[in-house]
Amino acid sequence: MADVLASLADIYTTIGNLLTRLFVDVLGASPELASGIIKFLGAGLLATSVLLILVFNIWFERKVMARIQDRIGPNRVGPWGIFQTVADLAKLFTKEIIIPDGADLVPFMIAPVISVMSVVLIWAVVPFAPTLIGTDLNIGALYFVAVSSLGVVSILLAGWSSNNKYALLGAFRGVAMLVSYEVPFVLALLVPVILSGSMRMGDIVRAQSIPFLVVMPVAALIFWIASVAEVGRQPFDVIEGESEIVSGYHIEYSGFAFAMFYAAEWAHGFTVCALMTVLFLGGWRGPGAEQIPTLGIVYFLGKTFLVYFFQVWTRAILPRMRIDHILSFSWKFLVPLSLVLLVLSVLADKLGQLYIPGYAVAGSFVDLLPRTALLLVVTLIVGGLAALWVAGLGRRERRRQEAALSVASIEGRAAQQAR
Amino acid sequence: MTITPETVAFAIMSVLVLGGGLGVVSSRNLIHAALYLALTLFGVAGLYALFEAPFLAAVQVLVYLGAIAVLVTITIMVTRRLMGITENVNRQWPVAALIAVLAAAILGFVVISQFAGVYPTQAVPPDTIERMGQSFASHQGFLLPFEVASVLLLAAMIGAIVVARD
Repeated sequence: MADVLASLADIYTTIGNLLTRLFVDVLGASPELASGIIKFLGAGLLATSVLLILVFNIWFERKVMARIQDRIGPNRVGPWGIFQTVADLAKLFTKEIIIPDGADLVPFMIAPVISVMSVVLIWAVVPFAPTLIGTDLNIGALYFVAVSSLGVVSILLAGWSSNNKYALLGAFRGVAMLVSYEVPFVLALLVPVILSGSMRMGDIVRAQSIPFLVVMPVAALIFWIASVAEVGRQPFDVIEGESEIVSGYHIEYSGFAFAMFYAAEWAHGFTVCALMTVLFLGGWRGPGAEQIPTLGIVYFLGKTFLVYFFQVWTRAILPRMRIDHILSFSWKFLVPLSLVLLVLSVLADKLGQLYIPGYAVAGSFVDLLPRTALLLVVTLIVGGLAALWVAGLGRRERRRQEAALSVASIEGRAAQQAR
Repeated sequence: MTITPETVAFAIMSVLVLGGGLGVVSSRNLIHAALYLALTLFGVAGLYALFEAPFLAAVQVLVYLGAIAVLVTITIMVTRRLMGITENVNRQWPVAALIAVLAAAILGFVVISQFAGVYPTQAVPPDTIERMGQSFASHQGFLLPFEVASVLLLAAMIGAIVVARD
């Protein structure tokens, strides 16, 4: 009985061992071959479940958005319309892939593949539970930045090869935004890496006895804003703007090719939530997750869906920003702020290690309290000053516009009276 | 010579690198040339990963594919009349071919004469990232070049922000 409980507590290792035994003892494969086959199966399972969870996510997002907008949302197919996405997928799969005249065929067909690939590859380094992670690369954080930068290539390819000016325009401004927001994204990502002293995703989670959201809330906010921009969701959805450029870079795609872009975009939306969870919310950590690794995935998915709900919420209530505002917000505000934050927090951390007794950079909740307090103060001061600065800029701009407006109205009235 | 997964991967990556390189110089369409360049760079990243240098592989993908290939492609797309060039005759091609052959011969000679039959004698240490970080941050290592490069990049970034503010 105790054995069964112990094996259930770490169900991932148990399943792995069972499979190894099946291949080695029953089917007579060599241990290397068995581990190769299991890795292959695991990769297939992971990639498939990332795409399958979309079926639920799309329904969830539509339902939440509908409720926020005082509608009912999907309600025909199945209870609460939960099978709506299945019906939509069946429709998409049966549609014809139309290739426009003058399209560059090979790039046109490769672009959707790269777009899905760039998202699914990220999940290889996401730790679901203490003993469940695709591969705990020692460069995990750098790896996911690298593979997600492939998404830019796919957008550019799609926009150019479609031979459509709207597609090209959408791709251009989308790429401009994605490249701009990669800078604050990476700078904010450096904070958890520096705080945990490792780029290994497993180590970053293990270092969060106190979640980094509490230690560095402003860095978490910058990371969040930049990752929403990387996904291209409201208020950063300039990649596709129905009223301006019809549908953006995937205007010429139909059927399954379009479904791949669609899947990549929504999967990316969920993926950044998972990354946010791992980097700032403590990943699989929760009461008892260390002792019972099976629980880890419950905490992980719970936190990820909480973040996802937040993402859908902001998506439903925010309007689209103008492209020049988006770019200046990144370059003139987020990049300087994240640079200052990074430098000051590293400096404070080093000084704390030198001069504050009992200052620990790793350990339990209590051990980490002095460091958390110090860095929290630094972060809040930097964030507060930045907020004051922005508020001042906004006030000055409004006063300027009001002054211009009142001059114009006075002149207009004078002209009317003269007439 | 036995066929291991590594040899197969090496063969695939070499085909990507060499085929991509050939495509870069032989395609008439400049965008296609840029895409072939991206393929070559991806193959190089694969080779780095194969040689157990994952950090270099990730940086190769991030910098060369995510930034430089995109930059080259956009530059070609927004440059007027660059796409419409149909005649690709250049009178200096014999000289260029000669220089290319000479350069290839010199590089090949150096590589073969120095490294033919030389194989790594010890396994790759598991803590390469830590070692790299320490050699960047210690003055016996590469502290000065690293800092100079960092300052240069920071200056470039601040310059870009200043240009954007005007």
